[in-house]
Amino acid sequence: MSDATSEGILAFGAPARPSAVRRGGSAFWRAAVPVFYGLVAGGVLLLVLGKNPLAFYWTILENGLLTWAGLEQTLIRLAPLLLMSAGFIVAFQAGLWNIGGDGQFLMAAAMVGGLGLTMVNAMPFWLALILLCIIGFLVGAAWTVVPSFLKAYYGMNEIITSLMMAYLGINLANLLIKGPFLTKHAFIPETEVIPFNYLLPYIPGTNIHVGLIVALVVLVLVHLMQTRTAYGLRLRILGANPRAAIHAGINVKRDIMTAFALSGGLIGLAAAVEILGVWGYVRADWNPAFGMTLFAIVFLAGLNVMVVIPFVFFFAVIQIGGHQAALEAGLPNDFLLLLVGLILFFMVLTEWARQRGWLSRRRKEVAAGVELKPEEAVSSG
Amino acid sequence: MGDLLTQDFLAAVISGAILAGMPLLFAALGETISEQAGLLNIGLEGMMLFGAYAGFNAAHYGGSSWLGFLGSLIAGMAVSLLMVIFCVRMGRDQIVVGIAILLSMEGLTSLLHQVQFGQSYPRLDSVPTIAIPGLSKIPVVGPSMFTQPLITYIGVALIFAVAWMLYRTNLGLKIRAAGWKPVALDNAGVDVLRIRTIAVLSTGALAGLGGGYMAIVVAGVFVPFITGGYGFIAIVIAMLARGRPVWVLIGALLFGVALSVATALQLVGINVSTDLVQMLPFLAVIAALALFARHTMLPAALATPFVRGQK
Repeated sequence: MSDATSEGILAFGAPARPSAVRRGGSAFWRAAVPVFYGLVAGGVLLLVLGKNPLAFYWTILENGLLTWAGLEQTLIRLAPLLLMSAGFIVAFQAGLWNIGGDGQFLMAAAMVGGLGLTMVNAMPFWLALILLCIIGFLVGAAWTVVPSFLKAYYGMNEIITSLMMAYLGINLANLLIKGPFLTKHAFIPETEVIPFNYLLPYIPGTNIHVGLIVALVVLVLVHLMQTRTAYGLRLRILGANPRAAIHAGINVKRDIMTAFALSGGLIGLAAAVEILGVWGYVRADWNPAFGMTLFAIVFLAGLNVMVVIPFVFFFAVIQIGGHQAALEAGLPNDFLLLLVGLILFFMVLTEWARQRGWLSRRRKEVAAGVELKPEEAVSSG
Repeated sequence: MGDLLTQDFLAAVISGAILAGMPLLFAALGETISEQAGLLNIGLEGMMLFGAYAGFNAAHYGGSSWLGFLGSLIAGMAVSLLMVIFCVRMGRDQIVVGIAILLSMEGLTSLLHQVQFGQSYPRLDSVPTIAIPGLSKIPVVGPSMFTQPLITYIGVALIFAVAWMLYRTNLGLKIRAAGWKPVALDNAGVDVLRIRTIAVLSTGALAGLGGGYMAIVVAGVFVPFITGGYGFIAIVIAMLARGRPVWVLIGALLFGVALSVATALQLVGINVSTDLVQMLPFLAVIAALALFARHTMLPAALATPFVRGQK
């Protein structure tokens, strides 16, 4: 293990690194292969079920990408998905398994939805919107404190604790919506509705709220943080080898807490943007459950915040267009989950084939300074 | 508060806790075995779901709940075969593969159900119960606790069987070694991958049974997403039980009480929020962990693939 990781860490500082764009490009093409296989496998399954796969995929494209209204829907959906992906990537790169994303998302959504109308009435609405986004971020971050504290100070496995906090968050969000935040004006339990004209403004000329721009800016900031700051490097070392991080004199406890909080905060911001941009209120038992599928997608993108953009876009197209496609084919919407699952299996398979069959090519890549992911470093060393 | 302790209420709590707790028991017991062997099975929910689907179909078309349980057991094993191939044999990341299993099984079962039944949900006959002579005559506790389908008794017996297997047999020793010190096991001339394969397949069988229990005994019907997060609760129970099956039994029943007590309270006319009651076990566990925090006793090689000749 020791020589394998030293190889991995050396790769961080290797002088002849290809540019970020080139690395991002090759990561994209690597991931496009399993997506293609996954779609083919899904197509075969559609054929077996007596559906026309080409018509199915065409309907997805038509409704999610090729019509202006569909494309707008896709771009609107992109905002929370991108922010949430960025949140996951920050944690995963630091080797922290933040499984509780859905709890962080819903807690932030409930607080933003619950406080929204009061805040908008009490101050200029642009100030209220900014404050609400900050509240969303803080609530999401606060929801990670227990798992990250237990992880940092007692070494307790964060998978189990963040999962429990997720269940707590989902139930507590419901309690808040049905309790203190309940509106008197609706039959279904939900929060007060923020009037439409007080929601996030549109990008001029479109019906897309500015959350998309916020998300893209945040993604660039996260990318810069990861690649250009000492903090980003520390988190990557922490993720590659925690023991080495301790030996290198890194304050591991502090970095675990902050990385986890940043992860939850970005997920909370995702919720705030979705509520303030699209809904204006939160309904009880609402749970879009983006967490698990985005989990898959950030892995597909190799935990790279820039590479993740096309994949999340692709996923948003499938989500928006797939609804209509499934309806027309008489299939449940959940078929799309199967599609994502298949893509994930093919990703695992192609990665394995690459390590096995083209080991020599990989060696060259290592020599050229392409970084190894820690698990690859271990199994090829 | 006097009417809280009425016989109806107690009986409802006990039978509710058993109905909600048994699927957790099967699945968490399975997770315990694979965790001890060094595999973190995030796809547990997917295995339960496919077990529920297959079990329902076997019972529906076969006309016998036993065929149903057999079907769910085999289906769970079939799904766990994916984990054997990808995680044990190829040494891929267990969390990624687990999520792939979860997502694809959610999609697949929902798809198959829709193609087969459309919007109709055929029901199964209720499973016959067996009253244990003597014990079932005890007032309140007897009828609710000791008048159960045979599969429930089998589940409780499995707890002790697995405890015996893990801590008293050669196979159990090998399974625990595969999770705690796979290199030592390999040096002793045992095929680590074979032991891990056995462990993962048993996990799949038990998780499948848990799902089958939900569809055949509890609901009598299959609906998409029927497992509703039980697989993840089972993972939590298994991790808290730290490899001891008896604690799996206790944990499953406690969570069973929490999941069903709100319904029982409504039965006696007290309306408490389901959300609140369902939070309580998680709240208790988090509080206990925060107050008496100590290192979780997870197998040292958990979630790391074993490749011969490394390290």
